[in-house]
Amino acid sequence: MGKIVVVTSGKGGVGKTTSSASLATGLARRGLQTAVLDFDVGLRNLDLIMGCERRVVYDFVNVIQGDATLNQALIRDKRVENLYILPASQTKDKEALHQDGVAKVLEDLNSRFDFIICDSPAGIEHGALMAMHFADEAIVVTNPEVSSVRDSDRILGLLQSKTVKAKNGEVIKEHLLLTRYDPERVQRGDMLSVEDVQEILAIPLLGVIPESKSVLTASNSGEPVILDEVSDAGQAYSDAVARLLGEELPQRFIHPVKKGFFSRLLGG
Amino acid sequence: MGIFSYFRSKKSTAQVAKNRLQIIVAHERAQNSGYDFLPRLRQEILLVVQKYVHVELEHINVDVNRDGDCEVLEFNVTLPDSKS
Repeated sequence: MGKIVVVTSGKGGVGKTTSSASLATGLARRGLQTAVLDFDVGLRNLDLIMGCERRVVYDFVNVIQGDATLNQALIRDKRVENLYILPASQTKDKEALHQDGVAKVLEDLNSRFDFIICDSPAGIEHGALMAMHFADEAIVVTNPEVSSVRDSDRILGLLQSKTVKAKNGEVIKEHLLLTRYDPERVQRGDMLSVEDVQEILAIPLLGVIPESKSVLTASNSGEPVILDEVSDAGQAYSDAVARLLGEELPQRFIHPVKKGFFSRLLGG
Repeated sequence: MGIFSYFRSKKSTAQVAKNRLQIIVAHERAQNSGYDFLPRLRQEILLVVQKYVHVELEHINVDVNRDGDCEVLEFNVTLPDSKS
């Protein structure tokens, strides 16, 4: 039996797809059979972030409608073993991801994979509800910014009421992933701190991903940023993967980098 | 928070953001407490109370409060000024 993990946020543009791609890649690199699914019907992006956009033949909706088998639609990652991508459909209507169809696909995947990462669309509409419906765990991606935190709180409410687990009286394990964090702005009092966000949302912290230029350069070339091992964001995602697997690691990247003597001298 | 922020008279914007969030999130959690019948209940209470006293919907408050393991459904009806 695998574990179904939804990556969700409510607000758009906070880093759901970036996080889904990197976490899935990180899990697969640790030898775990991992599938990452794009639930954003009509606006698929995961394929671009994973760099497999030209290899898409069939998609999620094709599988649900029986036009293709799951094996035909799953794209095997060329860089990392054990990693498969199921792209979203670009054209069909959103209701095409109906509950029974999604249930069947997830059931199939669940028997073969250790982790199934569901990349949720933004909003709280059908696609987002489908992405979370069957989840065992949820990663709530949040920016340290008022509208993102508020939307995350809404999403937590939905996770606790609209999912299969919630309806069965069970508890979805929730994780906070704080992205685009800028420790220097936090220190200046211009940005909500990780403690502030945790106090408001009151869920355990999976990781803090610092604001980083490497995220854009990675997406430019279609490489999940976790593969950029020298970058701070890549390392932060690696830490998050470890914590998702139960390891305990101290948080890095939450304090400003101390400037060296020379950069201070040169006014850097 | 360093020593400088201690001397700064104005609140930092992050602090303002946190305070605003705490208020709005508490408010919205109460609204989405899982009892979607609350708005209808409020309407019906209004109709009952209006048989006896003239009140408006805004004078009726329905809240679910949690006190430990215990949930309390609380009604508050503000009566109009009797002089007016």
